Amino acid sequence: MGLTDIEAKQTKLTAVDRSHVLICAGAACVASGAMEMEALMKAKISELGLTCEVSVFDTGCVGTCDLGPVVVVYPEGTFYVKVKPKDAEEIVTEHLLKGRVVERLLSRTPEEHTVPTIAEHPFFAKQQRIALRNLGVINPEDIQEYVALGGYSALAKALTMTQDEVIQMVLDSGLRGRGGAGFPTGRKWAFAKEVEADQKYVIINGDEGDPGAFMDRSILEGDPHSVIEGLAIAAYCIGATQGYAYVRAEYPLAIKRLQIAIDQAREFGLLGAGIFDKLDFDIEIRKGAGAFVCGEETALMHSIEGLRGEPRPKPPFPAVSGLWGKPTIINNVETLASVPVIVEHGPDWYSAFGTETSKGTKVFALAGNINNTGLIEVPFGTTLRDVVFEIGGGIPRGKAFKAAQTGGPSGGCIPASMLDISLDYESLQKAGSIVGSGGLIIMDEDTCMVDVARFFLEFTVDESCGQCTPCREGVKRMLEILTRITEGKGELADISKLEMLAGGISKTSLCQLGITAPNPVQSTLRYFRDEYIAHVVDKQCPAKVCRALIQYDIVPEHCTGCTLCAKHCPTNAIHGELKGVHTIDQEACIKCGECLARCRTDAVIKV
Amino acid sequence: MACECHATEEAAEQQILDIVEAHKNRPGPLIPILDEVQASLGWLPKSAIITIARSLGVPVADIYGVASFYSFFRLVPPGKTKIQVCMGTACYVRGSQQLLDALERKLKIKAGETTPDRQFTLESVRCVGACSLAPVIVTGEDCHAGMTSAKIDKMLKPYMQEEPAAAKRG
Ligand code: SF4
Ligand code: SF4
Ligand code: FES
Repeated sequence: MGLTDIEAKQTKLTAVDRSHVLICAGAACVASGAMEMEALMKAKISELGLTCEVSVFDTGCVGTCDLGPVVVVYPEGTFYVKVKPKDAEEIVTEHLLKGRVVERLLSRTPEEHTVPTIAEHPFFAKQQRIALRNLGVINPEDIQEYVALGGYSALAKALTMTQDEVIQMVLDSGLRGRGGAGFPTGRKWAFAKEVEADQKYVIINGDEGDPGAFMDRSILEGDPHSVIEGLAIAAYCIGATQGYAYVRAEYPLAIKRLQIAIDQAREFGLLGAGIFDKLDFDIEIRKGAGAFVCGEETALMHSIEGLRGEPRPKPPFPAVSGLWGKPTIINNVETLASVPVIVEHGPDWYSAFGTETSKGTKVFALAGNINNTGLIEVPFGTTLRDVVFEIGGGIPRGKAFKAAQTGGPSGGCIPASMLDISLDYESLQKAGSIVGSGGLIIMDEDTCMVDVARFFLEFTVDESCGQCTPCREGVKRMLEILTRITEGKGELADISKLEMLAGGISKTSLCQLGITAPNPVQSTLRYFRDEYIAHVVDKQCPAKVCRALIQYDIVPEHCTGCTLCAKHCPTNAIHGELKGVHTIDQEACIKCGECLARCRTDAVIKV
Repeated sequence: MACECHATEEAAEQQILDIVEAHKNRPGPLIPILDEVQASLGWLPKSAIITIARSLGVPVADIYGVASFYSFFRLVPPGKTKIQVCMGTACYVRGSQQLLDALERKLKIKAGETTPDRQFTLESVRCVGACSLAPVIVTGEDCHAGMTSAKIDKMLKPYMQEEPAAAKRG
């Protein structure tokens, strides 16, 4: 089947519908009640007999997660935020029936100006959405919408070119792996193409492991065809006929949507035998069963083979000997989603974004102590300050920015003094962190950096596959030391012990998990050494997080004697009469923080 | 009663055999098989693992090795309601540790354990993708956003009541 046949199949979209209502079905919007709201909206639409003119469907994460549930009405692009189930009816009766925008549900700038359309929203102003181009724009369960926006034409174009020409294009674009290591994608493909073999494989790495990053999931949920198209182009370039999509089992919606997309692509002749009469290629989904280490290429392949997901030493590289011993390339979801755009618009267009060595754009999952949270995509070279204060809208409750954590458990922290750092592979590495998969967690003054380092080590200890000693034992020792420090039992010598262990582990571990495991400790030691010192020497936690080093107290002047805290204290450590000042029995207090959370007059404080 | 149990056991065994049969000839069938068996039984009982091992002709130990490697596979039966506290980075910096502690105290179990009445299983999980609403707790299929310890009782209430209501109906 050719592209024209596919275009001919497009009837539904263009002719009939007057309005498209897109409901964000990203995890955050669903958690805020998007599905109930959608059900009510659909009910009202059918009650008013509008079903033939208006179609309502779920889209992938729009990106403005803190404004959810989000609704976008096309063709105008009207952008409704925080739409509660009770608002659903009004959008139907006012906007869809009478064409009147429901002002009250529009988003507002800090200056209280309403923002009528999604295109005008400041959250998107500094963004350049390439990998996320279709999120919040199309119905991910309908291949025709993807095709209508130019989908699969890049594959058609690639198939008219030679393999080397396409690889050259990807090389020239400067595209590098977006999953972590940042290896040039075109180089990987070129290696695999050169190897002679009766069978080769291509794999989508959708085993998103960074606990604070969700872009791969969002792309799979919101625009699965872009990933399929990218993988098909990769398959053509290296000469593979079979692809696998390795997606975390914890992402059922992503798996479902990807399967629908694969089925539809098959139906349209875009997967299977004789794609554009040139390519035989198909994709099978394999679920990842919850092991962080499977993000590592060799571990991932073991997992597809049905084995324990343990990494093995490289070389041989997967491009030479990968899945079942055959040449294999593994690309991350975001990388693949960018490929069709590069093929379509050309490498120069793509490489015009970004810096000298980090070309193009990167998706970040912005979260933590920041006003606007969600998924953003910016050109490499955008400063951290712009992301935090322009796109992110700054830190809530007037608190001070303390650090940005990038790259998850393999990354590090960037302190406030470096807010003007350019977000790109080289600058972040120089600063002791990594781009990684794009997790970007903002931390305010109430975050204890020693505790954050401990948190990440706990994660790596949990996830270490246990094969090699430096990672299995070394990281555990580091965690013990850090735990000791947060419990106020640390000594100065512990800090140098941490540094020594960190160096050894990153030099001798087998895979990236172990090699990068000490990063969070090294980078916090580099920028927040005084906090470590405060813990070990002064036995104080400056951010007042570490339980052993703080105490809860009640300020008598502020206590109204409401008894709330006493009622909820799990150990009955709080005494006082109704309307009398309450006090905390420090012996009995387990420092759970319940009293502080309950007190309405801020009488409970941490000291 | 005993007879009925036996019948369901047989049915379960047949189900497992069917699943194995469906995947047997694909390359790398084990993980998809474990996944489907768990989807139908809710966990991976010893008997199921033995059945899988026999029909694939693989040592039981190998299957345990794989099943125990991946956190997704359950080798002990879960409680009726799963409570998952997100301990991803975004949730952690917004205080999910306190929530987990509060739930551990309340249910009198540690993370990873099930209450003796099999009503609740408490788990700590990594990023559920709703970081914007951190801290997040998932109960069953429901995601509770912006959680505080003050909201825990209300969150648990519907599940607490289930038991007596079911008893009444029975
Ligand atoms: S911190 Fe917890 S244990 Fe201590 S007084 Fe407050 S509520 Fe009670
Ligand atoms: S909750 Fe606050 S105001 Fe009420 S008794 Fe406790 S400390 Fe006093
Ligand atoms: S860290 Fe909890 S939802 Fe992402």
